[in-house]
Amino acid sequence: MAEPMGFFTDTTVCIGCKACEVACKEWNQLPARNGGIGTLSGDSYDNTRHLDGIHWRHVKFVEQFSPDRRDGRWLMMSDVCKHCVRAGCMEVCPTGAIIRTEFDTVVIQSDACNGCRDCIAACPFGVIDINPVSGTAQKCTLCYDRMKVGLEPACAKACPTQSINFGTITDLKKLAQARLGQLEQSGEKRAHLYGDNESMLGGLNSFYLLVDKPEVYGLPPDPKLPSRNLKPSALWSTLGAVALTILGVFSFRERGARDV
Amino acid sequence: MSSTFFTASPHWQWLITAYFFFGGLAGGSYFVATMMHVFAKSPDRRMVRVGYLVSFPLVCLCGLLLTVDLGRPERFWHMLIQSETLRPMIKTYSPMSSGAWVLLLFSGCAFLSFLAALAEGGRPDWPILRRLDPTAWLGRLLTVIGALLGLYLAGYTGVLLSVTNRPIWADTSFLGLTFLVSGASTSAALLILLGSWIGVSPRSVHSLERFDRSALILEVLALAALIASLGRVAAVWLNGWGLLLAAMVLGGIALPLVLAWRRPAPDRPGWIGPMLVLFGGLLLRVIIVFSSDRL
Repeated sequence: MAEPMGFFTDTTVCIGCKACEVACKEWNQLPARNGGIGTLSGDSYDNTRHLDGIHWRHVKFVEQFSPDRRDGRWLMMSDVCKHCVRAGCMEVCPTGAIIRTEFDTVVIQSDACNGCRDCIAACPFGVIDINPVSGTAQKCTLCYDRMKVGLEPACAKACPTQSINFGTITDLKKLAQARLGQLEQSGEKRAHLYGDNESMLGGLNSFYLLVDKPEVYGLPPDPKLPSRNLKPSALWSTLGAVALTILGVFSFRERGARDV
Repeated sequence: MSSTFFTASPHWQWLITAYFFFGGLAGGSYFVATMMHVFAKSPDRRMVRVGYLVSFPLVCLCGLLLTVDLGRPERFWHMLIQSETLRPMIKTYSPMSSGAWVLLLFSGCAFLSFLAALAEGGRPDWPILRRLDPTAWLGRLLTVIGALLGLYLAGYTGVLLSVTNRPIWADTSFLGLTFLVSGASTSAALLILLGSWIGVSPRSVHSLERFDRSALILEVLALAALIASLGRVAAVWLNGWGLLLAAMVLGGIALPLVLAWRRPAPDRPGWIGPMLVLFGGLLLRVIIVFSSDRL
């Protein structure tokens, strides 16, 4: 297996140009929404709004303004599949369409997926959705086809500010620590890394440098695997089945006894 | 805020809700029929046969609903067979994968019991079906295995919802229990209605009513545990969904219990109570599925 590869996204240098979104859509030949008819969100400069089956990259605009709009702050974050080391989508997929590649990334094989949508509900980050053209669940592949021939993913290639960094996880972690130290030295005490260590789903192969709480960026503070509920749910259901059987025995046996 | 609120909806709506309801009825009807057959000393055979006769059509409907709901219905078989290697596709830790296999196996049991129930009525009169007669050892084995699979089918749908990351569904471990018990109560209600309609002995209907009352009480306990386990997440039901849930508990559980206990003529089974139980079971699934989908 090749060395694990991924993204380190430094949100502090993202300028919201959406070049990554465009590069992703172009390389992966993703269709336009509404047949290309522009729809404005109406309450944000961001009109993509969220990741889905035809938007595998999304530059989030966190627009924080005072009510009179005299004071304001923009946070930009290019969001993408986290390629979790312990991936919830892969755990639940009933067709085996979701696989882990030799680069330790998580890929949905569109020709095997039957569109059951279990992975959409299982993803702790709301990354996956159905591509209406293929009828299957789709998300970022970390440009598996490009990586196979030694190219970097289209989004990282297009990023003009090096907000999206691509490389081996080992190198990216070193880069992230260096940048974190640099920010802390310059007085930015809120900076922290999200998903860089194993405590979060075994580690995210796409991790972030943030300058506010994860919730502000629309990221879950404590993402979990869907399987955490499997054992307790199965246990309670089994107890319920036992209780129903006992109730059945008493309900039906009494009748039989009376019949004799 | 729970981390489940940062996820996307899988858009499981009416078809899946209907599958959850009919899956509970299919599995539950088979289970109740088997319980009557195994434990009642002299059961009204027509009542037992009705249980097996409704179970198979219902499970066929379940398969149809699930297939139609897929983004690529022609690939439904990918749930069972790996499309690349043609080997069996089984993931015991994925409720959807194990559920697909249980649906298939239960369909087989339901089909054989359906044929045996028909043969017991004289049509078709095939000698081979006599081996599946529930009084023969092979028939008894079939019905016991089918009943266990039926229980799984009725309850796994709730577990499937819990093994996600969606709000409400993944914030509790009691959905499987609730759906299972609801499947049993709605199935007993369905068999009471059908039994009364075809005129089975009142005693058979009474034993079903007794079971239904017990299952309804268990359902109240399961719902209470579900709501308590949600903790602060339960606040998402402080709206129209909460009102619907209250209406479901009052109309689909409490009222049928009151009607069953206060019925003046015990030899004449009422139909309002069982109808309310059936409607309550459907409403329960609508609330669980759609209240999370809207978040």
